[in-house]
Amino acid sequence: MRGVTGWGVHLPHPRLDRASIRDVAGTGGGKGSRTVASYDEDTTTMGAEAARAAIRAALPGGAARPGSLWFATTEPAYADRTNAAVLHAVLRLDRNVPAYDLTGSVRSAMAAIRAAWQAPGASLAVTSDTRTGLPGSGDEAVGGDAAAALLFGDDDGDNHGDGDSVLAEILAWESVTEEFVDRWRTPGAVASKLWEERFGENRYTELGAEAIKLALGAAGIDAKGIDRLVVAGLHERAVAGVQRASGVPAERIADRLTAVAGNPGAAQPALLLAATLEAAAPGETILLVTLSDGADAVVLRTTGALAAYRPWRPVAVQVAAGGPVSYGRYLHWRGLLPVEPPRRPEPARVSSSAANRNAGWKYGFEAGVSGDGAVHLPPGPADDSRTSAADEIGTIVTFTIDRLSYSLSPPLVFAIVDFDGGGRLPLELTDVAPADVAIGGRVEMTFRRLATSDGIHNYFWKGRPVRDGSAANSADSNSADSKADGSPQGAPREK
Amino acid sequence: MGSHGIADRVAIVGMGCTRFGEHWDKGIDDLIVAAANDTFASAGVTKQDVDAYWFGTAQSAMSGIALARPLGLVDKPVTRVENYCATGSDALRQAAYAVASGAYDMAMAIGAEKVKDGGYSGLNAFPVPGDGTARSVTAAAMFSMVAPAYAKKYGVPLADMKTALARVASKNHHNGKLNPRAQFRKDYSVEQLCAMPTVAGSLSVFDCAGVADGAAAAIVVRAEDAHRYTDKPLLIKALSLVAGNGNGLGDPDYDYTTFPEVAAAAADAYAQAGIAVPRAELAMAEVHDCFTPTEIVLTEDLGLADRGTAWKEVLSGTFDLDGEIPVNPDGGLKAFGHPVGASGLRMMFEAWLQLRGEAPLERRISTYGKRNLALTHNLGGYPGEMVSFISILGLG
Repeated sequence: MRGVTGWGVHLPHPRLDRASIRDVAGTGGGKGSRTVASYDEDTTTMGAEAARAAIRAALPGGAARPGSLWFATTEPAYADRTNAAVLHAVLRLDRNVPAYDLTGSVRSAMAAIRAAWQAPGASLAVTSDTRTGLPGSGDEAVGGDAAAALLFGDDDGDNHGDGDSVLAEILAWESVTEEFVDRWRTPGAVASKLWEERFGENRYTELGAEAIKLALGAAGIDAKGIDRLVVAGLHERAVAGVQRASGVPAERIADRLTAVAGNPGAAQPALLLAATLEAAAPGETILLVTLSDGADAVVLRTTGALAAYRPWRPVAVQVAAGGPVSYGRYLHWRGLLPVEPPRRPEPARVSSSAANRNAGWKYGFEAGVSGDGAVHLPPGPADDSRTSAADEIGTIVTFTIDRLSYSLSPPLVFAIVDFDGGGRLPLELTDVAPADVAIGGRVEMTFRRLATSDGIHNYFWKGRPVRDGSAANSADSNSADSKADGSPQGAPREK
Repeated sequence: MGSHGIADRVAIVGMGCTRFGEHWDKGIDDLIVAAANDTFASAGVTKQDVDAYWFGTAQSAMSGIALARPLGLVDKPVTRVENYCATGSDALRQAAYAVASGAYDMAMAIGAEKVKDGGYSGLNAFPVPGDGTARSVTAAAMFSMVAPAYAKKYGVPLADMKTALARVASKNHHNGKLNPRAQFRKDYSVEQLCAMPTVAGSLSVFDCAGVADGAAAAIVVRAEDAHRYTDKPLLIKALSLVAGNGNGLGDPDYDYTTFPEVAAAAADAYAQAGIAVPRAELAMAEVHDCFTPTEIVLTEDLGLADRGTAWKEVLSGTFDLDGEIPVNPDGGLKAFGHPVGASGLRMMFEAWLQLRGEAPLERRISTYGKRNLALTHNLGGYPGEMVSFISILGLG
């Protein structure tokens, strides 16, 4: 049996209240809020967070470490070079684990997921996207930023709990492709352009129905046998049309998180599948349909192993965890509103050779451990061994607010953090308002983009407050124990 | 093995110091020439009489050529020195050791910095190529963490701590007002200083050193030759230097209320000079008040106040010009300004003036005529990772 053995999602902390758009742009906006990648996030860092979440949740459940990595986005941080290589370093995957990008189209997400499904052994698909429209546009309001990762693998299928790591088996996958121009964007452009809405609605409704018919036929079931229907796609009217025409009863159609997160394009299929799996019980049949230059229809069936799976930071927890960002600051982060830069020298570009030598530290957040057991961040030449501190929780010893330092979103919040597993590091905090920082506060590590100079992105780790009310949030928790027994920090699911 | 020092073997026989400030009309060469010429005149010698030069600049120039060219030196050895903000002090240290070794009869240490050509406020470190993971915060932010840590450890109410910090700035501004070479020559009341907007932690711009251009220099000779040049040479009693290994940044036991590098350098310096009770024996101290909390911690690390008491001593005026032991009588980094490579020699220049009775009467230290030893303390870096220098100079 082969299928999904784990998932992880990342919804960025900042949330834009759509009602704030119209006052500035004069048009657009709407109800609810959308997720916004923070100033120090891009599709690579968000993808890294989603991938970390998938591995943290799946491996304790028996899933194997990924033997291949497939990264998809419409908004790659780099062209020419492989963004998946950054994720490979963050995840500290073995050197012989291939890592590939599939970038450009929204549909590349399905390519990554399909590749991971079809690749031998454990394979990780990471999808990540930032969605931007011109101020006042529908894309701006409806869009969202997110990443979602799906881990695939095999198990013995005997449901005896011995290596039954597959949580949802893929029963069928059918894909139809058709060339037509409904939505397009030249590389580098801020926003997409759209053909008349009715044309795309017409084509996608037909393509979706065609793919569903093929997939249900291949799986040997009919629409009435679908417990949960997930339809992803950027054409909102077409999505609604496919949902209506699917024959699946309305109460079985999954919420698309539009009101609370927005549509994260290439990350939407895996994000919605993750949210659906978090709500599903064992033995359910799920139909995932994606509409993008054709249609893909995937039929999955959840297994008994699903009952024991505890996602790392479930979608619902992350939806609830955000904090507000003003429309002006959002526009600034997107490069749509130039504001006065800090009057400090811009950071120097990162030395490629130094970053390469220190990749274990810079990307993997490796700590050094000396013979006496002392933990050093970063590792020193006298250390005997290395360990990843990326999943460590720490406590703020003291902190300061720096209004002088160069920052893309001042002021810079800086703290001295002692980690539960040993070691201290002075580090920058993110996803936090200065007034909310306190001595004794609990901090987790998150992979971020510090700055970009000469086109080279400087990726490294920052701290951010632990917010999910889990055991990790209390100062007396023992992170080593929680890792050893694999207990997650997500809220338990209701069945 | 051992740190023996060179007590009473080398003397400073001439010093010079430019006004510190925003010298928009002067470049590094102009500052060098001004300080060097003052110093040659002070010792009554020419540039040819000086056998070797140590030129300290943190980031305004490279190599000894940057000194040899503006001074027009011919066939002289010149070493460029860099050791963060302790650069100028380390230039003096090396010149003194060169003379003590017998290699040269006369050496000059000169420090200069031209920081106001950079186009930005504040100091900006020269970027060394790296992996991009180095800390990005300012020195102000790093030192700002000292104040709440100190207040917490010793149970100082935060309002009292703020007042004590303002009192440090107020004192140093007052001393600077009396000093024609100082960058800032204006009094600020504690109330005014407490009302300033914060820029890093609880610190305002007025808790930070002035950013200035400037240069200062000293000429050293063997002690037995000193009286050929001046009736009042300053004997070098101790020179100590500690370069921290940075462990404090990653040490969970480090609490930001002391600078171990400073305490270690002080122990070495006091041993070299044979000083047992620094507060009673020293006439004055110039300390590296890069930020106001730094001065409070330094007075404790240097043994001028007991642990946890310096904030009270500041409030009671112990370190004022007319206090028990004046600290930063020239205005310090706070009011005199901080041209990085020149600051260490500027501190010694104040000792030169005060111990020799050349400071103007309104700025004369309370201990004048009663004690003959001065301490200068010069640091570079941050809490947890710093270079610390101490000199003790005495009237010969």
